[in-house]
Amino acid sequence: MSLTDQNVTAGGAAQAEDAFKNDPTATLEGVRGKDVTKAAKALLKDSTTRGGGIQMQDVVKIYPGSTVHALDDFNLDIKPGEMVVLLGGSGCGKSTALRSLAGLEDIQGGRIVVGGQDVTGVPVNKRGMSMVFQAYSLFPHMTAVENVEFGLEVRGVGRAERRKVAMEQLELVGLADQANKYTQQMSGGQQQRVALARALAIKPRVLLLDEPLSALDAKVRVQLRDEIRRIQLNTGTTTVFVTHDQEEALAVADRIGVMNHGRIEQIAAPQDLYQRPATEYVATFIGLTNRLPGASDGTEAVVFGQRVPLLPGSKQGDPVAVLVRPENIALVRAGEADSAAGEHARVEVIHFLGAVARVDCEISSGEYPHWNKGEQLKVTVQLPANELPAGLAAGDEVVVTPRPVAALAC
Amino acid sequence: MKNVNQNQTAAVKGAMPPQLRAARVRKQSVIKFVILFITLAFLFVPLIAMLVFTLRHPLSGRWSAAPWIAIFTGNGESLGADLTVLWQGLGASLGLCLVTVVLMLLLMVPTMVIVHIRSKALERAIEWVATLPLTIPAIVLVVGLGPIYRWLSSQVLDTNPIWLCFAYVVLVMPFAFRAIAVGLNSIDVKTLVEASRSLGASWPKVFFRVIIPNLWQSILSASFISIAVVLGEYTVASLLGRMNLQVALYQLGQSNSQISTAMSLLALLFGVVLLVALDLISERIGKSRTGEPKEGK
Amino acid sequence: MTAAIAQNGSVAGKAAGPSATSSSSAIARHRKELGTFAVTIPFFAYTACFLLAPTVIVIVGAFQTRDGGFTIENFTKLFEPNTVSAFVTSILVSLASSVIGAVVGGLASYALVIGSKPNGLLRRMVSAISSVLAQFGGVMLAFAFIATIGINGIGTMLIKTVTGLTVNPNWLSSLPGLVTVYCYFQIPLMIIIFLPAVDSIRPQWREACESLGGNTVQYWTRIALPILAPRFISAFLLLFASAFSAYATAAALFSQRSILVPLMIQGAMRNEMDPNQQGFAQVLAFAMIIVVAIVMLLSHAVEKRAGRWQ
Repeated sequence: MSLTDQNVTAGGAAQAEDAFKNDPTATLEGVRGKDVTKAAKALLKDSTTRGGGIQMQDVVKIYPGSTVHALDDFNLDIKPGEMVVLLGGSGCGKSTALRSLAGLEDIQGGRIVVGGQDVTGVPVNKRGMSMVFQAYSLFPHMTAVENVEFGLEVRGVGRAERRKVAMEQLELVGLADQANKYTQQMSGGQQQRVALARALAIKPRVLLLDEPLSALDAKVRVQLRDEIRRIQLNTGTTTVFVTHDQEEALAVADRIGVMNHGRIEQIAAPQDLYQRPATEYVATFIGLTNRLPGASDGTEAVVFGQRVPLLPGSKQGDPVAVLVRPENIALVRAGEADSAAGEHARVEVIHFLGAVARVDCEISSGEYPHWNKGEQLKVTVQLPANELPAGLAAGDEVVVTPRPVAALAC
Repeated sequence: MKNVNQNQTAAVKGAMPPQLRAARVRKQSVIKFVILFITLAFLFVPLIAMLVFTLRHPLSGRWSAAPWIAIFTGNGESLGADLTVLWQGLGASLGLCLVTVVLMLLLMVPTMVIVHIRSKALERAIEWVATLPLTIPAIVLVVGLGPIYRWLSSQVLDTNPIWLCFAYVVLVMPFAFRAIAVGLNSIDVKTLVEASRSLGASWPKVFFRVIIPNLWQSILSASFISIAVVLGEYTVASLLGRMNLQVALYQLGQSNSQISTAMSLLALLFGVVLLVALDLISERIGKSRTGEPKEGK
Repeated sequence: MTAAIAQNGSVAGKAAGPSATSSSSAIARHRKELGTFAVTIPFFAYTACFLLAPTVIVIVGAFQTRDGGFTIENFTKLFEPNTVSAFVTSILVSLASSVIGAVVGGLASYALVIGSKPNGLLRRMVSAISSVLAQFGGVMLAFAFIATIGINGIGTMLIKTVTGLTVNPNWLSSLPGLVTVYCYFQIPLMIIIFLPAVDSIRPQWREACESLGGNTVQYWTRIALPILAPRFISAFLLLFASAFSAYATAAALFSQRSILVPLMIQGAMRNEMDPNQQGFAQVLAFAMIIVVAIVMLLSHAVEKRAGRWQ
């Protein structure tokens, strides 16, 4: 089988899939062959470089000997060329979802469609996806370049051709000069680069990344994650990236799917997810958030005497917890407040973080003693360092007021 | 490209998708079962035959537990066997176990600890020497030990089998070395020593209060494996003309093979118990080594 | 100006400092090294007496005449038909039992590792029993086989009552019989040597291979077998050395006949006073050292080759 063949197949599938993305249950009949219009041809050409889309529909995964649904009617729809990050704590099913997509796990229900082709019953090695594992996945008896060649070798690509492609891939990840080293002689970061090059060398329809950075040092992690994003954008490969690190997710994703209990709680662009969380789990999992008491009518809440608009899906009632980000709270010295709204608080600690400062305060009015498990209500405020009141120190009295930025009540 | 529609209707009907991985696991477990069954049968049949052999008199075909009764009561008269030689051999072997283990520990532990802290080169030299007996077969060693033992027994010591311990320490050295080396590598001896020295501990105190307690698992496993080697040793004792358990078993086997087979089975069983214990100990070492707090998920 | 002086001063101080301390620390380091070396003296002295000395006695003895002169005449006995046939038999038995042991033991190790927990009960029992049979069996293994297919063995009886066939009572002392008995410690030895190698095969390699499009055959021929090959070969060589130098089992099976080299050494030691046997035990032992050393060197070379990537 030649590479070009495969690309065309993948591309054709993607095109068909693209055309029907508004109705994923539609069949492919009628799209193939004679009905391909000029526009569709353009689309085809476009998607050849982008790889296939993915639909995972009502996927159920139960591990043998367990009754827990590791994936519980899991649904995921990914556009061609998109980079989606599955984010969640340990045991949320994110790796299971990825491994099911790769075919490394059997699923007990639902179906998986890649590039318009139902791959549910297709074995791993016929799915045309490639995977980068957390660590230790390089073959130790092969050099870096031999590792990268492997996928082409099993496809019967000739020696000279595959060496050329492999070198190009190593070049892409900046390791051309390390081509003849064995993997044990390389650092963890270099090993993962080789693994990435190896996965890309077969021009996969979908690239799967299973916590590829979690075994690396912090500095290398940041460097490599930016590089993965750069390469992904260049090649246009549809990519699913699994991680437990929210910063990593926010940095690389087109969209992030936050997972909990074998399902996706919310899937959205990083900014949307941060600013418009749909559930409490999402709001607390990504970024810092304050749980403040308020009275809600479903569209608007009153917190510390300040009106705050609410996001869709917010609860009604009094009291409800309104989730307010630290940067959406204003802080002034007591006595300098220019409105009646706000609550008096005492500064506990000031963390200076460079461009921003974070101030931990304790509400001093004593009105909410039973809100925070019997302890005094605490509020974290984040503001640009230059807006920090001059000379503010621990023990000072301040007034904190939520800004009128949409928040979630629950 | 498959027909999506068809598959979809199948899914709607509630049929489970193909379980490819599970099928492979099933195939693997069949292969695994067949291989293990054949291997274990080969390993266990002789052991079971030994047991049956001790219970069934070979000539008369009568079943009785007489050999076992003879061993546990210490009286072999009912079978017309004199067990003195067996008790002599067993006594000698047990004594040898004790002396060999003590001598081995005295010789190996302090040396290995200090060399581990101080000198990589000397550590390598010791490793080379200590594992050398794997390359020099016991049968070869015994040819050279002959004159040495002849001189020792006539000039310095006597012909008591206990002096075999000198040769036995050499025989157990490779095994003991590995056991202790595993322990040394699993703890950071250097930091431990520096920490306790900085807290004002003297060298003997460091050794007995800090290092030994951290190495006891290795020391125990080195001792167990040495005991197992000494109990099974035949070559050196028989060729130097000394009595030990295996020599006694061999001699007894000429006159009463049932009792010697029963005793062999007991010794093998004891060896298995020792090694299961050894396995549990080394697992604990492994755990304490990987027990360091890990970050991540 | 003052800054410059201060800087100069500090530079001078720094320059003087190391040279003064380095000479005293060199002495201290020297003393420490000597101390470390002194600690190892008992160990090296002991091994010199009971490991080095016997080896030297063997080697010197091989080249010595009755009155202590140098000779290589002792080695002519190596080429007597008896000796040659003992070596041939020894090598054949070792080779056959190592091949069977390595293949069966290798498969068994694989079967023990796949799909089971590393600390499972089955695996723990099998490795303990294997260790006992492989390293400490000796005479007792001979008893086990005498009890199974000796003249009065249980297996012999069973075969007779079930099929009516009589097992040749000398089968155990035939070549195939000897190989079978040797396999009884070779297979377990392979299991304990090879288990860690199979353990080191990571499941990610198979998953990576599959996700890159490789099938089962490609996984085995391109990944698993090449990774295991060096350790398999070196394990096979160790098995050979172990069979070649085994004495106890054979000695318990054949009390009189010297059909293997170790048994011949025993005979030579017993007859050491015979003037015709001068230095024979030493020559045989020396030859054994050579054979085992060659095997060990080979095994070392194989491991070193693999060491490029291990």
